Parts: sequence; C-alpha cells; structure tokens
Amino acid sequence: MRLGEVAFARSGDKGDTANVGLIAFRPSIYPFLVKEVTAERVKHHFQGICEGEVERFELPNLRALNFRLHRSLGGGGTVSLMLDAQGKTFATALLRMEIDVPDHLLDRTD
Amino acid sequence: MNARPGAGEALALEEGSTAVGLEERPLPARVGRDGGRRVRVAAGQGFWGDWQEAPKLQVRRGPIDYLMLDYLAEITMSIMQKQRDRNPNAGYARDFVPLMDDLVRDLLEREIRVVSNAGGVNPEACRAELGFAFADESLPRRPRVAVITGDDLMDSLDDLLAAGHELRHMETGEPLSAVRDRVAAANAYLGAEPIIEALRQEADIVVAGRSTDTALTYAPLMHEFSWPADDWDRLAHGVVAGHINECGCQASGGNSLVDWREIDLTLPGYPIIEAEEDGTFVVTKHPELGGRVTWATVAEQIVYELGDPREYITPDVIADFSTIRLRDLGRDRVRVDGVAGRSRTDKLKVSIAYHDGFKAVGALTYAWPDAVDKARRADEILRGRLRHLGLEFDEIRTEIVGAGACHGPLAGTPSDDLPEVTLRVGVRSPDRRAVSRFSREIAPLILAGPPTVTGFAGGRPRVREVVAYWPALIDRGVVEGNVKVETMEL
Repeated sequence: MRLGEVAFARSGDKGDTANVGLIAFRPSIYPFLVKEVTAERVKHHFQGICEGEVERFELPNLRALNFRLHRSLGGGGTVSLMLDAQGKTFATALLRMEIDVPDHLLDRTD
Repeated sequence: MNARPGAGEALALEEGSTAVGLEERPLPARVGRDGGRRVRVAAGQGFWGDWQEAPKLQVRRGPIDYLMLDYLAEITMSIMQKQRDRNPNAGYARDFVPLMDDLVRDLLEREIRVVSNAGGVNPEACRAELGFAFADESLPRRPRVAVITGDDLMDSLDDLLAAGHELRHMETGEPLSAVRDRVAAANAYLGAEPIIEALRQEADIVVAGRSTDTALTYAPLMHEFSWPADDWDRLAHGVVAGHINECGCQASGGNSLVDWREIDLTLPGYPIIEAEEDGTFVVTKHPELGGRVTWATVAEQIVYELGDPREYITPDVIADFSTIRLRDLGRDRVRVDGVAGRSRTDKLKVSIAYHDGFKAVGALTYAWPDAVDKARRADEILRGRLRHLGLEFDEIRTEIVGAGACHGPLAGTPSDDLPEVTLRVGVRSPDRRAVSRFSREIAPLILAGPPTVTGFAGGRPRVREVVAYWPALIDRGVVEGNVKVETMEL
C-alpha cells in the first residue's frame, strides 16, 4: 500500500533544501514509520529529484518524522526554474512510497 | 483507504477524549483557566499578498488582543529594496496602509494592538503614509504608531566586511565578498526587544522592518506577561505559537491534507493563540468563521519549513520542537504545552539579497492525441534553435505540466491518451540578451512546430531579474546598538 494510507505530510523549502514532515495517522503506526521510512529509503524514493543528502529527524510527541532533502529545488527561491520551486508538492510525492504495513498494525484502532 | 478510518475525527478523539472539560471552555474576556490572564494574538496575514479580508474578520468577528501581520518572506526584502531604489517613498507592504485605514477605528475602540513587519526596507515611509490615511478627525483618539529601525545593514556593509565580519553563506560557507558588488539588500532579523519597547511606549500599531516572523507573536506575550528574557521554556512556547501563526490559514485548515474536502475555506477564520502566563496556549479561531483547528491542522503547520526540530533558532531563544505536546480539545481548540527552550545564541541571522542574472519561463499547450510526444518534440526543436543561435545558458529546464512536472519520475510514465499537456521551458543566464532572445523563440513554435498547439495568449515570456538569497550570521552586538524604536501620535 501507499504511505499516504497510514500517514499525512506537509512540505516546504529553505533555499535549495526541501523539507517534508511526515505524520502518522495513528500512534501505533509511528514506530513502524521510524523503522521503515529511513533517510536512505527516502533518498532512493526521490532519485532523479533530490541531488543531495537526505537527513531525518524524529518528533515522537507528534508521531512525526521530518526529512530535509538537500539540493532538490533547482537552486531554490528565485533562482529555480522549477514549477514547484518551493517544494510544496514534495509532501504527496513522499506519500506515494509503497510500503508493507503488517496486518496487526492495520487492525488496531488506537 | 480503510487504514485511516475518519482520520480527522479519530485524531480529535484519541488526542482529546479526556481533555474537554469545563476549564477549557472559551472565555469571553482576558481570563485564563485558573482565573489568570489570557492574551489572544490573532494571525491576520501570512505573507505579502495574503487574503485582505482575514485581518478584518479577526478584528470584527470576535475578541482578540493583538493582531499579528507577517508580510516578509526571504525574498520580499529585495523586492522592496528595488521599489525603494526607484522611489524613496516606497519599499514597504503597500496594502498595509489601506488595511489600517479600514480598521483603525475598530482597533482603537476594541483596544486591539497591531504588531507587523509591514515596514519592509522603509518603515518611516510606511508611517508617513499611515499619517495621511488616518485623516479622520472623529477617531476616538489619535493612533500611536511605532517604527523600528536598525535592521538595515546596507549602508554599513563595507564597514562590517572591513572589520572582519565575513558574512559567510550559511549553506555553502562562501564569504560575502564573492558577491559584494551585486548585493541589493542586507537586513538582520531582529528579535522581541524592540517590539516590547514599542508596546511599552504605548504604540497601537507597531511597524517593524525585518523582524523575525515568530517574534511578532511572542513579543506581545513577553510584554503582557513580563516574561524574563531568559525564561527559555516560556519563550520557546511563544516561538511555537509564532510558528503556528506566521503562515496564517495554514494552521486553521488551509492547505490541510486531512479532510480537505470537508473544510469550508470560503471565509476561513485564521488562527488565534490564546496564551497564558505560564507560556502554554490554545490554538483556536473565531467560531462563526470557516476553516478548522484540529490536532492534524496544527501538527501539519508545526512541521512546515522545519529543519532540525531540536534546534529551532530565533534571536531570543532556541526552541526544541521535539518536546511539543498537542491535545485536541474539540470545537476548534488545540492545546500546546511541554515546549523546552535553551539559551539564545550570540549571533543574529542576516538576510542578504544579491543580483544573480536573468531568467524567463515560456509555456505552450498541446492537445490530444499524443500530447506528450508533441510537447517533447517542440522542446527538441526549441533547444535546436537556441543552439543554432549560439546562445548559452546556466540552465535550460523543461517540464511537462500534466505529465509529472511536480512529482517527476515518481508520477510514472504519462499516458499517451492525455487530453492536453503544457510544455514549460525555463532558462537562466547572467547574459540578459540571451534570455531576451530565448523569449522570442516560443511564439514561432505555434506555426513552425508540432500541431494542435495553443495557449500563447499571455504573449512573450517576461525576462526577470534573479535576486538570490544569501543567509548569513553576524554578532548580535554589532546590530543591536543601532536598533531604534520611535513612537509617534499621528
């Protein structure tokens, strides 16, 4: 299934770096995201888009992960020629990721 | 989609099921849970060009104490600098003046104070214009307007560089001397202190220049509650409140992925922070307006444009966003507490803008059948003609809107049956003539290119000057001695 079925997200920019905040719909999903949605995996997911390093930060209180995707916005700001120069649509691009969520997590109603 | 049953609803229940108590009912006056004071800071603008009705609704549709208006993004200062270069009376957020003119009577009657960075690179000119606007002799009293200056480092830039302040680019590490002759604007991000001083001087309207966005919200709280400048945890709560407010409707249902179909954004209520003396606060909105404040809308805004959550650096405190606790109380009320802060740094951030060449973007639309193939062929033809002309560019970027311009390869192979797509080609170069020549090569594709093309109504692409952003740090002592706050009755 797609990541977007168990989490939501918002993205933005700082210069040539895009950030994507990924938030689990339910608390029980968060540890699964921590384990599965690694910086390496996100870097691989965004190949051809993110030219630099991917950093990941954890916000367990918000059951959220924050990703910084360096060198992803064609120079960023006013320099960029990209339609999405501010990375506004990176959020749903991340939510396209295919993941295997174990049934016992999907059955939970926490 | 059944893995997320009624997502927004589930979030509200699970986060707030034990919390909706009597003590959390919205109270009409400035009174908190324990009978203590509560201060309400309402967001009215999230950027220059935001919805002009929002601040009016904030003032007129329910009780607030402060109206926070954030006009400045990273690039706004350079646009304003350009305007001031052309006209010494320009260089601030122009729509702020008619807005204040419309609101001034309500502000005075309801005792609501305005904290804004509408001054841009010319706060004095902004105040002078307000003086003309507030001509109405029947106002209950004359409005007092404070102007904050000293953030503008343009005139002292060479002295700073000569004194050894290299103003290295925060990402690349390059010293500013590399682009010194192309610098268009340089402004330090100021913190809460001058805003607090303006409020002490009993200003009704504060007109700052490059004030830190979040300070527009937390400075009034520091003033009202007399928080010590080293009460890091309370300040950190204020920063989170500021981060939630600074993008306007983005915290109250705008741009929300969760339940976006259900949220009425025709006349949305922008967020309102109801803060208490201990720093904790509730995010809410006026009940009769649209929009929505839930755990999800607030959480989404908290991660917006976030770097390392443990280090959210402002001029006044470093806030740890990983400590934020949210509880959805229901009825558009989300409680925020638990935020830890630590000591501020001895640096201020400086926003520098410099000229970095020219760019233009052209677009043409191709219709079914084989829309994507036609767009690709047109792109090949265009690039061939640019080569024939011997034009060189730093970058030529082609995107096909409707076939993966946003998500690139993640969108998969576009169907050959798409009804239409738009070819979008951009170029950038230090040579203005090359960019200008490019802009004349789009229209010829209409007759001398692939078939079923349309959408050239906008005319030749405009050649635009690129003003790039250069973030740097500077010792705060160098700046703070020159900051001035001056309040005047208009």
